[in-house]
Amino acid sequence: MNKNRLFGACVAVTLSLLGNGVILAAEAAEKLEVTVEIPQLNVGGYHRPYVAVWVQDADAKVVQNVAVWYQLKGKKKGSGTKWLPDLRQWWRRSGRELEMPVDGISGATRPVGKHELTIDSKAALAQLKPGQYALVVEAAREHGGRELVKVPFSWPATAEQSYAVSGEKELGEVTLTVRP
Amino acid sequence: MLRSTLTSLLFVSLFSLTAVAHNVWLLPSQTVLSGEDPWITVDAAVSNDLFYFNHFPLSLDNLQIVAPDGAQVEAANQATGKYRSVFDLQLQQQGTYRIAVLNHGLFGSWNENGESRRWRGTPESFAKEVPSDAQDLRVSESVGRVETFVTNGAPNEVALKPTGKGIELIAVTHPNDLFAGEKSRFRFLVDGKPAAGLKVQVIRGETRYRNSPEATHLTTDAEGEFSVTWDEPGMYWLETSTQDEKTTIPQAQSRRLSYAATLEVLPQ
Repeated sequence: MNKNRLFGACVAVTLSLLGNGVILAAEAAEKLEVTVEIPQLNVGGYHRPYVAVWVQDADAKVVQNVAVWYQLKGKKKGSGTKWLPDLRQWWRRSGRELEMPVDGISGATRPVGKHELTIDSKAALAQLKPGQYALVVEAAREHGGRELVKVPFSWPATAEQSYAVSGEKELGEVTLTVRP
Repeated sequence: MLRSTLTSLLFVSLFSLTAVAHNVWLLPSQTVLSGEDPWITVDAAVSNDLFYFNHFPLSLDNLQIVAPDGAQVEAANQATGKYRSVFDLQLQQQGTYRIAVLNHGLFGSWNENGESRRWRGTPESFAKEVPSDAQDLRVSESVGRVETFVTNGAPNEVALKPTGKGIELIAVTHPNDLFAGEKSRFRFLVDGKPAAGLKVQVIRGETRYRNSPEATHLTTDAEGEFSVTWDEPGMYWLETSTQDEKTTIPQAQSRRLSYAATLEVLPQ
């Protein structure tokens, strides 16, 4: 899972450097490409936000966890998880059922900037039956706010579809590209 | 020890005589938790409004905490102050804890040589303390449960199993899975059986900051069930009471049953 994602991300980066035409030619496999922007905030005592990214179906049921970035401190299993319920939608829909860390999903908090994620593993895509979904990104920051950005999409796509929704404070632009 | 006995007596009298006028509650610091053996702290009080410590502490003598595996666990750092009691609890298991203060008391009055006598006690102490030939003896029984729920990790329902005694809340919707704008469903049991026609009152906390309590009044249906739609997130107090003649000892004429729960409703 982890390897797949890493590989997918590398492919995505390499191909986007080469340009669109090459992507169409080289990419036969369907996948979802996501970027999550963590905005620069001019506040004192800034802490990187906890962020969860997932795909949910029309009933708000989580079909695929994509990423959870939290403070992985200490060597004890499950340490640093105390504030995970602040990602309250994710916690309710999925987080509380998981034993952290989850291979290929959990990661350390990320700095300000745009972060790329790819969903392209066969196992992940097999969860997506044809229908309406939403990519959901939730962020919660210590001494800061909490925000949730939803990007609705249809699966599968017959042609490449791109979506972008911007957060107001805790999240910048969230983009989703659905490749057929 | 003396202090705790006094408090307990005072509490019992308050609970019995003015239960209608006062709100009895437990207030957990948090209801949804995660991490390595997280701690919560809980306040316990009797007050006029919710959730403020301004009247009387709730005695912790009959505190009963059921852990997610169904076993009873002890609270740490118990203390009783002027207006509230407090205790801490470390959630060493994953799942849902049921935290309750249980009350089971008897109240008697009779005439002795032309003077009226009053007595408070338990079914166990009744025979010892009340003369068997007491004249004009009137005894009432009181069974109360004041509780709240907290969950570490994923909710489970082992601790929520009914004990079959008094009024109990059965979670059709899990009590740590309540969200603003959603409808939650519960069932009330009396002695383990669905209780139809119970009048239920639901009040959101922070009553100090509005003009009226804005209580929602509901009635349980034939299956003992009722639904609540939570307009706003917050700590809610849910209360019901009833009366019957199913007393533990034959000398008691009536039994008063009461129930109060503190439920946290989270924002979406």
